[in-house]
Amino acid sequence: MASSVMSTSKTAPPAVSAVGLRKAYGDRTVLDGIDLRVPAGSVFALLGPNGAGKTTAVRILSTLIAADGGQAQVAGHNIATAPDGVRAAIGVTGQFSAVDGLITGEENMLLMADLHHLSRREGRRVTAELLERFDLAEAAKKPASTYSGGMKRRLDIAMTLVGDPRILFLDEPTTGLDPRSRHTMWQIVRRLVAGGVTVFLTTQYLDEADELADRIAVLNDGRIVAEGTAEELKRLVPGGHVRLRFSDPDAYRSAATALHDATRDDEALALRIPSDGSQRELRSVLDRLDSAGVEADELAVHTPDLDDVFFALTGGADVPHQTEENVR
Amino acid sequence: MSALSLALRDSNTMLRRNLLHVRRYPSLTLNVLLTPVMLLLLFVYVFGDVMSTGIGGTGRSDYVAYLVPGVLLLTVGGTTIGSAVSVAMDMNEGIIARFRTMAIHRGSVLVGHVVGSVLQCVAGVVLVGAVGVAIGFRSTDATAVEWLLALGLLALVSLALTWIAVGMGLSSPNAEAASNNALPLMILPLISSAFVPVHAMPGWFQPVAEYQPFTPAIETLRGLLLGTAIGDSGWIAVAWCVGLAALGYVWSTSLFHRDPK
Repeated sequence: MASSVMSTSKTAPPAVSAVGLRKAYGDRTVLDGIDLRVPAGSVFALLGPNGAGKTTAVRILSTLIAADGGQAQVAGHNIATAPDGVRAAIGVTGQFSAVDGLITGEENMLLMADLHHLSRREGRRVTAELLERFDLAEAAKKPASTYSGGMKRRLDIAMTLVGDPRILFLDEPTTGLDPRSRHTMWQIVRRLVAGGVTVFLTTQYLDEADELADRIAVLNDGRIVAEGTAEELKRLVPGGHVRLRFSDPDAYRSAATALHDATRDDEALALRIPSDGSQRELRSVLDRLDSAGVEADELAVHTPDLDDVFFALTGGADVPHQTEENVR
Repeated sequence: MSALSLALRDSNTMLRRNLLHVRRYPSLTLNVLLTPVMLLLLFVYVFGDVMSTGIGGTGRSDYVAYLVPGVLLLTVGGTTIGSAVSVAMDMNEGIIARFRTMAIHRGSVLVGHVVGSVLQCVAGVVLVGAVGVAIGFRSTDATAVEWLLALGLLALVSLALTWIAVGMGLSSPNAEAASNNALPLMILPLISSAFVPVHAMPGWFQPVAEYQPFTPAIETLRGLLLGTAIGDSGWIAVAWCVGLAALGYVWSTSLFHRDPK
């Protein structure tokens, strides 16, 4: 546990805190009692596969839907008893664009300015500034329905920022975006954080969480299965290994005999040997292969990354089974 | 800002949003006017002479006078179907979820739709009314007060039917379903006293035509514009409107306050 985080959270109230949040639709439990604590000014990522309950968590914390159990405070307001206090402090951008496609980008922005009760002049100023900042000034007079996916997402965030929110919920902000728009979105998030905004984001991309978040919680099947910094999470799984692949079944069998500590993948004719990837360990593996008189067709060194953590913790259907065995 | 001024300001913003939609995409609004205009022309120029004899008149102009008040209320019914469709379409837009997470007056989204719809109804009535005047409709010595009451009645009916239409739109999963579910708003005027007097209908059908909101409203409008006897129709029409508006309001707001799916 990062002690610095604990001590700051004692002095400043957390931006988001939740205890035992539960939500079920019929007999399908979507959130099975989750606890969260997001210090003000930090970036928090809720990471999980599709259907883990990420969007439901955001919808509850942003007061869109009510929880069945548990309680949560956002910006110091209880989401159930003081939703308007929460709403005044937050901005939400979902994975499905929340723009009005029938009107222009500029009209969308002015609509937000009116709903935040800005004066006409102030509304125009903020609109022009944000459209410029998000590279939408040129398309400002076109209907939002004609925008590309990346432009819609930028307009979506720009609209959210009209109210100058202190806490920003981003539900899968880069899902469906091309790599370029994705990096633009990351830059936008970093700039917002530099300006003191607390960001609560959900993602199914490990690199995104690794890239942006101070702390990551892994959500699977409605439960938080791990929480910590990217480094802390990586330390949870001993994922480092050397992978050897063979095309000749005989060579594969003799190698497997020589390297008895290896995990076998008989279908792929591949062996995994736990290793920290150091030169010394690599040499010993190669020496043992040499003395057995076999040669591998392919050798790869694998250091643990968030993927290992993710697969180990969420145990989805697309887990490469050798990873699973290795971890267990 | 007080709660009331917040509600007014947000509702006004939402109204402007809806009027902007109408201005950008006028086809939906104009399409709903085609039916009443077509029926008006059909019944006057094709069936007019026969219908006129049927109501004991002496010429086609007698039937024009009989028909126009009914068609004006049919215009209101048709326009509110358009409102049900646009509410259903709007609820599928992501921006509604955004509104729900903003510190704005909750009801403003619906109020914006309702006020916008009533304005569209009134505009539709004026346009269809102009067609009526063009083909020979004239009021018989209606006073200024009677004109105002006529307009007020049309606005009241619009308000009542719109709240019902908004409920229909909210309870429909998509635009197609909304347009089907809201069909009674167009069928009811067709089986009211709009085209034929109730007493001229088969006996078994008369209660259907008599005990529904359009007939008393049409009879009241005829009375105001043409000087025919209003009798109890005025009060019955107002009671229908108040009842439907209250029902539609309660229904719509409870649907809207439910958690979205």
